[in-house]
Amino acid sequence: MAEYKGVMIYCEVNEGKLAAIATELLGCGRKLADALGQELCAVLVGSNITGLGKGAIASGADKVYEVNDPLLKDYQTDSYVTVMEKVVKQAMPQILILGQTSIGRDLAPRLAFRLDTAAAMDCIALAIDPDSKQLLQTRSVYGGNALATFTSACSPQIATVRAKAMSPLKPDASRQGEVIAIKADLDPSAIRTKVLEKVPEEVAGIKLEDAEVVVAGGRGIGNADGFKQLQELARVLKGAVGATRPPCDNEWVPDAAQIGLTGKIVTPDLYIGVALSGASQHLTGCSGSKSIVAINKDPEANIFKVAHFGIVEDWKKVLPAFTEKVKELLGG
Amino acid sequence: MNIIVCAKQVIDPEAPPASFKVDPSSNKVVPPPGVSPVISPFDEQAVEAALRIRDAQGGKITVISLGVNLLRDVVKKPLYMGADELILLEDESFAEGDSWSTAYALAMAIKKIGEYDIVFCGRQAADWDAGQVGSGIAEILGLPGVTVAKKIDITDGKARVERVTADGYEVVEVSLPALITVSNELGEARSPTLKGIMAGKKKEPVIWKPADIGVEASQVGAAGRRTGLLKLFQPVREGKCEIIEGASPEEAAVNLALKLREAKII
Ligand SMILES: Cc1cc2nc3c(=O)[nH]c(=O)nc-3n(C[C@H](O)[C@H](O)[C@H](O)COP(=O)(O)OP(=O)(O)OC[C@H]3O[C@@H](n4cnc5c(N)ncnc54)[C@H](O)[C@@H]3O)c2cc1C
Repeated sequence: MAEYKGVMIYCEVNEGKLAAIATELLGCGRKLADALGQELCAVLVGSNITGLGKGAIASGADKVYEVNDPLLKDYQTDSYVTVMEKVVKQAMPQILILGQTSIGRDLAPRLAFRLDTAAAMDCIALAIDPDSKQLLQTRSVYGGNALATFTSACSPQIATVRAKAMSPLKPDASRQGEVIAIKADLDPSAIRTKVLEKVPEEVAGIKLEDAEVVVAGGRGIGNADGFKQLQELARVLKGAVGATRPPCDNEWVPDAAQIGLTGKIVTPDLYIGVALSGASQHLTGCSGSKSIVAINKDPEANIFKVAHFGIVEDWKKVLPAFTEKVKELLGG
Repeated sequence: MNIIVCAKQVIDPEAPPASFKVDPSSNKVVPPPGVSPVISPFDEQAVEAALRIRDAQGGKITVISLGVNLLRDVVKKPLYMGADELILLEDESFAEGDSWSTAYALAMAIKKIGEYDIVFCGRQAADWDAGQVGSGIAEILGLPGVTVAKKIDITDGKARVERVTADGYEVVEVSLPALITVSNELGEARSPTLKGIMAGKKKEPVIWKPADIGVEASQVGAAGRRTGLLKLFQPVREGKCEIIEGASPEEAAVNLALKLREAKII
């Protein structure tokens, strides 16, 4: 029987380009492959992905598998799991890493069960155990209250990794690698779902996950109108507005504004949390921010445990004056 | 419509973060004293999703909970909300499982129930946050699956599911029977009514042991794990916050802006 060997990265494609998470995973995969003294390969699945393999090689891959098929235009569990099963059985990687994204969350567990192995979801650190050569998978558990390190003796070892947890390599266009096309060979009748429509929920302005400044509001903002004040501050700081879950649940802001365990992961230079308590499930999505500012009327609020600067007051009295002063300081 | 919902008892995920403690010697979480466990919130929303379908077109809802030391008042909450039946996979051998052994036991229980159109799970349990059990059950039973749903409409033997994505949602049609995992965007789960509680109190859960679902004790719980937990620990938070003061809230606000400017943060 052939041996499982090497590290494989499932590279997501977004609007015709390698997604940011793909290059982050390639950066992490390169280190793991080097630690094992083995190869790093990338997998690209979709329609119209030809040519993107070069980008994966520039970002660290030694080899790229491309599965290009019109039936793979939209992510669908049945088609993608079937294709990935085929790729894994052909390439036999020891480690397979995916992103903790809408796709990775769905694909990784189902693929793990299909391949009769195990997966560790939402990892923030991966390392090779020097003795056993097994993958040490550290992930956030209990809503971010704890971290847990897992291993598995099953092959391949599958992990999904959280956005922004890993650093990409500087792309090097002179890197060489092989691109291998694999046929999807899908039976359309075996795809039991159909994507009827995609409905974007745009949050106006700078994308939350790319913003260098994030102004986040919580339940204490009280209504959709209150968020207009946060928008004004975000505009002045050239940042984006985010939220905890209650404002999304209450439809004061779109669901896509949610930061946290089941929302977006943000790591801006400046995160300003207004009238939010700092629940673990929220902090897990923003605690990587460089500077954290909290405005909350409750001095015992958990957010003050992670904040660098804070004001203990009613936000309604603080925010207008703060926004005015910032405007003045930034001359805008 | 026959609907099965998997619902798990967990430590209350919204208990104050300061009450969360890990015992490093056993790699286990110490349940916070005086805080009652709850049904994992996404699972409650899965029950809600099932109730909405039954409200619209009738049917039967069977809830399965797997675990040990299941508090009757906690695991009966889906009954109080209006579910028809409760099956407990309650046995020492089911304890300390991972996604694999849990999905396997639940899938075997679902197989034993036999007749179902939809299986609902929460998108992830609020303790281990893995989000694998739903997909695992679907794979073991050979069902199509849709994860992270916020709305489910049933017509002509098919479900139209709104699946939450990072930047909105997609509408996915799936043939039945299917497995669907539910997210909080579905909306709040209903509170039990007094009538519902009275009715639920009268219902006795059915208890199944491994032999009842045709599995060996060695295939479930800790014995059936495919992953090993090496270490469970709490992240260190630095905890040094400078509180900015002022004679008035407005002055504090101005001082904060000046401070951030001085520190070259803005
Ligand atoms: C499995 C699971 C997953 C979850 N995932 C997420 C997630 O991804 N993201 C997320 O955010 N949450 C998530 N949650 C919910 C999370 O546990 C908390 O309930 C939520 O983050 C709390 O939001 P909040 O801080 O806005 O509200 P609260 O905890 O109610 O806090 C409101 C705060 O506002 C302050 N306040 C009120 N009025 C004022 C005022 N006038 N001026 C100043 N301060 C004021 C109060 O002092 C309080 O501290 C999840 C929960 C579970 C169980």
